[in-house]
Amino acid sequence: MTEFNPKTVYVTYIASTPEKVWEALTSSEFTKKYFWDRTIELEPKLGGSFALRLPDGTVNVQGKVIAWDPPRKFAVTWGVKWPAEFAKLPECHVTYEIAPAGDTVRLIMTESHSWEVPEAILSGGRMGWPAVLSGLKSLLETGKAPAIKMEPPKDMIEAIKNLKL
Amino acid sequence: MSNKPKFVYVTYVASTPEKVFEALTDGDMSVHYWHGSRIVSDWKIGSSFLLKLERGDKEIIGTVAEYDPPRRLVYTFHPQFGGTDKEPPSRVAFEIEPQKDQVKLTMVHDGFEAGSQVFEAISRGWPLILSSLKSFLETGKVFRPDWYDEEKKVQP
Repeated sequence: MTEFNPKTVYVTYIASTPEKVWEALTSSEFTKKYFWDRTIELEPKLGGSFALRLPDGTVNVQGKVIAWDPPRKFAVTWGVKWPAEFAKLPECHVTYEIAPAGDTVRLIMTESHSWEVPEAILSGGRMGWPAVLSGLKSLLETGKAPAIKMEPPKDMIEAIKNLKL
Repeated sequence: MSNKPKFVYVTYVASTPEKVFEALTDGDMSVHYWHGSRIVSDWKIGSSFLLKLERGDKEIIGTVAEYDPPRRLVYTFHPQFGGTDKEPPSRVAFEIEPQKDQVKLTMVHDGFEAGSQVFEAISRGWPLILSSLKSFLETGKVFRPDWYDEEKKVQP
């Protein structure tokens, strides 16, 4: 079996409940507000399909559910389909782990890869995840969707262009 | 790539650069989001930096290296307990960038030797402290970490 190793980990603490955090990660009503307007499509079971879709219907990320244990652990295979040049990257795994921590909830996001990923390619996720998960935290704590602007990850795009797989 | 450990944490806060900078440098504010621990410094370059931990008279000391409100703050970081004082001081750098209606706060903690005990501890600690700072500025509420009640019980 191919081994996937953690390359990017982001931890945040949220004043909420595990159930609410689970809902925010798995329902479009929430993802639209903190994940740059993306909707999430899920078959809520192990082996079920998973996708993130842009408002115009384009599939951004596609994969399969590889862990489904509400409200504790949710993991998917993560294949980026858009922008098109990203589609040649091997799929990674994205895992969310939720645990109560005092009167808060600890959320750990782990992005794991099966190959020696160049740092420049990891930079996209390292820019994106803090914005996505800061947004999720604000949304659950204040009810307000933040407007975090992101530049395209230039180093990542450049690295993908030069990548020989 | 060097194998010296470095910890990077980024968070976005719905606030202003001035408020985020104040939260990072003001003793009274630190007590709220740092779970009772207090930052003490006059923030002159070369002055001492002190973090008095709420848990059992423990201290982290350091020196102010850069103070550029409301953009950048750098201090050295040297815990004085549990054998960690034997490690060399490490370095904490905060960078504050305004966004549209948010502030991007980037913290880089580096200067560790390989296998540093302090690095292990701060990798667990910063996500909680900076999540707490974000909540404090956005909602005015502070939160209680999971170890808080347990530690309270063992205090004299």
